[in-house]
Amino acid sequence: MDIHEYQAKELLTKFGVPIPRGGLAYSPEQATYRANEIGGSKWVVKAQIHSGARGKAGGIKLCRTDNELWQAADEMLGKRLATIQTGPQGKLVSRLYIEEATDIDREFYLSFIMDRAAERIVVVASAAGGMEIEEISKREPDSILRVAVDPAVGMQAFQAREIVFGLGIEPDLVQRVERLILGAYRAFRDLDATMVEINPLVITKERNVLALDAKMSFDENALFRRPQISELRDKSQEDPRETYASDRGLSYVGLDGDIGCVVNGAGLAMATLDMIKLAGGEPANFLDIGGGASPERVQKSFRAVLKDKNVKALLVNVFAGINRCDWVAKGVVEAIRELDIKMPVVVRLAGTNVEEGIKILEASNLPIIAAENLGDAARKAVAAAKAA
Amino acid sequence: MAIFINENTPILIQGFTGRIGTFHSQEMIDYGTNVVGGVTPGKGGTTHLGRPVFNTVKGAVDETGAEASIVFVPPPFAADAIMEAADAGIKYCVCITDGIPAQDMIRVKRYMRRYKKEQRMRLTGPNCAGTISPGRAMLGIMPGHIYKQGRVGIIGRSGTLGYEAASQMKALGIGVSTSVGIGGDPINGASFRDILEEFEKDPETDMVLMIGEIGGPQEAEAGQYAAKHMKKPVAAYIAGLSAPKGRRMGHAGAIVSSFGESAAEKVEILKGAGVTICPTPADMGETVAKVLSTLKKVA
Repeated sequence: MDIHEYQAKELLTKFGVPIPRGGLAYSPEQATYRANEIGGSKWVVKAQIHSGARGKAGGIKLCRTDNELWQAADEMLGKRLATIQTGPQGKLVSRLYIEEATDIDREFYLSFIMDRAAERIVVVASAAGGMEIEEISKREPDSILRVAVDPAVGMQAFQAREIVFGLGIEPDLVQRVERLILGAYRAFRDLDATMVEINPLVITKERNVLALDAKMSFDENALFRRPQISELRDKSQEDPRETYASDRGLSYVGLDGDIGCVVNGAGLAMATLDMIKLAGGEPANFLDIGGGASPERVQKSFRAVLKDKNVKALLVNVFAGINRCDWVAKGVVEAIRELDIKMPVVVRLAGTNVEEGIKILEASNLPIIAAENLGDAARKAVAAAKAA
Repeated sequence: MAIFINENTPILIQGFTGRIGTFHSQEMIDYGTNVVGGVTPGKGGTTHLGRPVFNTVKGAVDETGAEASIVFVPPPFAADAIMEAADAGIKYCVCITDGIPAQDMIRVKRYMRRYKKEQRMRLTGPNCAGTISPGRAMLGIMPGHIYKQGRVGIIGRSGTLGYEAASQMKALGIGVSTSVGIGGDPINGASFRDILEEFEKDPETDMVLMIGEIGGPQEAEAGQYAAKHMKKPVAAYIAGLSAPKGRRMGHAGAIVSSFGESAAEKVEILKGAGVTICPTPADMGETVAKVLSTLKKVA
């Protein structure tokens, strides 16, 4: 789960990470009010969307007067901001963060990740700040420092110092950067984050250490014990198709094609999408209905898939293990009747009681196209979508 | 022989008396698995499905001599259950539970390292369908009847995609020595490489089918291992060709976040390591059949 920059900064500051003074604004009036509250003579207006690379897309503006602030805020609010990370459809800007502008002396990259190879939290840092990490690893791979944290004892101060000295921080600021690193680590650990990125971490001309930008993502499996993080969810940043599905306990990812997919199991669902592509079609979504393809879940899944108006044909692929095909078939027939589905529905069933399941599909007199196997199902769905 | 479990392995169920634990325990018993008891804290001394219930894994191991266990404990308590098994001397543990926090799994992995390698428990999962040695024992939630007994090893992250492979193979008359689910989580127990090592040593396995997916370094690492250390052939399918970067495809671990984690990149790495790639998920059975036929020719 992703959160906004201002939310990440609010969390990090509780763990002792210093941030510039700033405040939230929902309107141009609030933007100017916030700036006056903060004081100073230069401010940055930052569009709050779940994406990095906002600056290049026009989502971050430096302002020197109330007028400039008002205009920048007015231009950003209510618009969709498209960055290289969001794709061309962009994300809606409904909140702005107004921050005092800082005179930067040096910029650094700092992040904490869940490293799958090391099976540990790993700190990644570089003195080449202000770029995305992908760019740093291309341009200055030797500048990247990595420190793995032993989960038995947590991050030690010497490990933070290794990074600080590795970055070439001047002696007067060593302690402050060390405290920042340890604080960000504690935030990662205590809040069940999967990623904390401070990019850039800056030293200002006034010799202050600040997290100028901050990004945090969280482990959805751990939200049961982090209700304060669940509250930070912003549905306006999600694909509405995905919000609908996730609110109903379905695992759904929206894609750009026209074949709606209803599959049980994440691996089989991915394989079904692959098969559609290989058969020359484009899937509209990934959807795993999970264990136990009960009639209610099948119906919920159909509703979720049909929220996408590009869908021209449906492909149901269920490998019944502990559940039975006849039960799944009943669910499919009920869902098609209940939702009055007119588009072609290709159904492939396999596993327990498959013959009974197919009999139920055939007896329904509905526009169901039965498929024998995975390949057959994909080919039939692609043909049906092309004919529609 | 098979790997990890056979008809004699004494098996313990952790989370025995719950709804899900009860259902699958009965299925495992019906399959002929040697289930010797279960653990549900607070229900020790009672009997469930004709087997004794214990309060602790240690107590159960002392009484029954259990060597393997399967965990059905809910996500908030599952990491604790795995560590309890490791501490009680269980040799092989399958964790079915889906939804364990990643940091809990990091702690579990670290905890397991406190034991010497020879005494260290083997863990597969979490978030997997379990392990089956067809015709002998089932330590999982899979439909046992779709597996034919035979000489091909299967390792996979996904449950249903593993069923797909087993049934494609069965349709061609090809059987399985053991099928091991390693689960769809980012931090998991044994890796593809660890299981390949077991299959390479197993005299009843002739080749291995690996069913991987996007995300993480394990498939590539397994390819390197197969190239350097294996005599037995390996075939593989990698799911998620069409998965967009940065999106989580159902499994907590199925996300392309860095170089080498996409399906196309993994396929290239595996090809380079001499692994036979299944061109589509509909060809997993056919691909295995082809590899087996070349083995016969050599023999």
